[in-house]
Amino acid sequence: MLLARVLDERMANLYRGGKIHGGVFMGRGQEALSAAVGTCLRPGDVFAPLIRDTAGRLAFGEPVLDAVRTYLGSPLGPMRGRDGNVHRGRPREGMLAMISHLGAMIAAVNGMLFARRLKGITGTVGVACVGDGATSTGAFHEALNQAAIEHLPLVAVIANNQYAYSTPNARQFACRDLEDKALGYGITGHTVDGTDLNACLDVIGDAIRRARDGQGPQLVVARLLRLCGHGEHDDAGYVDPKLRASNVGRDCLKVAERFLLDQGWATPQTVAQWWETTSHQVDEAIATAQREGGPDPYKESWCAISSKHLCEGYDEVCDTHLG
Amino acid sequence: MSLTYLEAIREAQARALKEDPRVFIYGQDVAAFGGAFKATKNLALEFPGRVVDAPISEDAIVGLAVGAAIEGMRPIIEIQFADFSTTGFNQIVNHAATTFWRTSVPLPITIRLPSGGTSGSGPFHSQTLEGLYATYPGLIVLTPATVEDAYSMLLEAVAIDDPVIFCEHKLLYYHLKADSLPTEALPVGKARIARAGRDMSIVTYSAMLHEALAVADELAAEGTEIEVVDLRSVKPLDTDTIMASVARTGRLLCVGESWPWGGVTAEVLARVASEGLDLLDAPPQRLNAKDTPVPYHPNLWAAHRPTARSIATAARRVLRT
Repeated sequence: MLLARVLDERMANLYRGGKIHGGVFMGRGQEALSAAVGTCLRPGDVFAPLIRDTAGRLAFGEPVLDAVRTYLGSPLGPMRGRDGNVHRGRPREGMLAMISHLGAMIAAVNGMLFARRLKGITGTVGVACVGDGATSTGAFHEALNQAAIEHLPLVAVIANNQYAYSTPNARQFACRDLEDKALGYGITGHTVDGTDLNACLDVIGDAIRRARDGQGPQLVVARLLRLCGHGEHDDAGYVDPKLRASNVGRDCLKVAERFLLDQGWATPQTVAQWWETTSHQVDEAIATAQREGGPDPYKESWCAISSKHLCEGYDEVCDTHLG
Repeated sequence: MSLTYLEAIREAQARALKEDPRVFIYGQDVAAFGGAFKATKNLALEFPGRVVDAPISEDAIVGLAVGAAIEGMRPIIEIQFADFSTTGFNQIVNHAATTFWRTSVPLPITIRLPSGGTSGSGPFHSQTLEGLYATYPGLIVLTPATVEDAYSMLLEAVAIDDPVIFCEHKLLYYHLKADSLPTEALPVGKARIARAGRDMSIVTYSAMLHEALAVADELAAEGTEIEVVDLRSVKPLDTDTIMASVARTGRLLCVGESWPWGGVTAEVLARVASEGLDLLDAPPQRLNAKDTPVPYHPNLWAAHRPTARSIATAARRVLRT
């Protein structure tokens, strides 16, 4: 959680300094839920993160360098400057690279789990994380229904952070609670306080265990608040101050830190030391990625398919003609 | 033995399932029912667990194929009608088509689109969408016009490590027949001279090939020799074969069943005009369907799409100029 918070903030700083193209999307306020997902998954499982899952990615095993290289467009990163920021992953290692239409990722997780069943691989699960906004898409509905029909070991996690960009829950859905959707799909629903790391570990852990045990798809709805804008370009002025002041607006990182101190598992000095070590780790990764520079358009293959012999390259023919 | 274009598609899938354990078929009504057109008839019995019925959810159907392909499988997706692929469009063009370029993970997915007009099918069971899919990078788009190509190109589609949009024409399903399955074939990406001629080239693909061949027969009786080029694959487009044909004949008519704005015929004309204007003795022409939804009634339907009659008229016009 701490590493994710530091990494996100460093990326935001670089963005504000004009060093990052496009946008930066932070997980501030969602780290407890995210870290719980990454922690409860095992190597070999499948994880389709949402845009605020820095914590979950790190816990699942994504190197800090993958994140930094992708934000800075390094040709040595997993996306090589072809895609940026949160659109990164290593699909063959179980970490999907999201497209912007996030609901679409759930069916892809279904496909990976379905393929494993065909191949006779058992005991793995897939987690697909989406926000409250994605629950309004057709893709979400189709994929949850599909997972239910196929009885796949899918855990769909909804981080209900109260706003999809600026659209509040009241303009997003009219059901009493998003967990009620589970009933309609014939799957098991869970609800959790997304600001409480312990609760998230319990509930996400339980949902993943059930999926792994063959109890079919699970839907987890976490209540929390995004403690930042949609991206770093957004001041989130539309967020209701009452929500900020309520339990849902607690900073999950502070809640977790308080818990550690209260339990006597850490001292203020150790916590301060963690911040320092973590900052150093992120700074090193940034320095590395900055040294690597950006991708070279003259060395880019400009071929979108793997079957090179079927790549037309007609755009290059046109370029040649134009001299 | 004799088999139809549809049976060739079934046989190709049976062979792919038999030869490669990574292949499976997923789509609406494909299992026990054997598909809306019976293109998967009995395959669920022959290959238990590998021919799977899907809910009416094109987005999730294609999305599942994306995930399965990441895991190394080679899914064949049957979309019941090409027209319905629009509800899976996002997964096709934004997910399947971008994944290799973004992540270096190839996605061997074959998406079968029963395409094209048949009399009485109306606006939502008749569309030809090859031009639409060819616009997007990351996809291969095939348009087989013969029984032999339906078989060999579908087998090759399954073997290709990229998403392939396989546009099979419904009008050819039952009446197009061949004596046997082919043992060798032109590779994907190569067009074929379906009939040699020296006076003009008609470049076409899919069901329109047969209309064009009928026109070539008709005009041959008048002493005009028309060369007919079957594109076979619209992406990649075999520009070399097209240019070579135009170099021989000096005249070009490109015929497609899709709508007139943009698309395959416009692409062919643009390439010939920009690279081979000096080869042409007359302005190149193209003939497409009318710019309306595909009509229901046979009287309207027959007038909406190019026919041997309208192609012959257009060909005579090109020959006169």
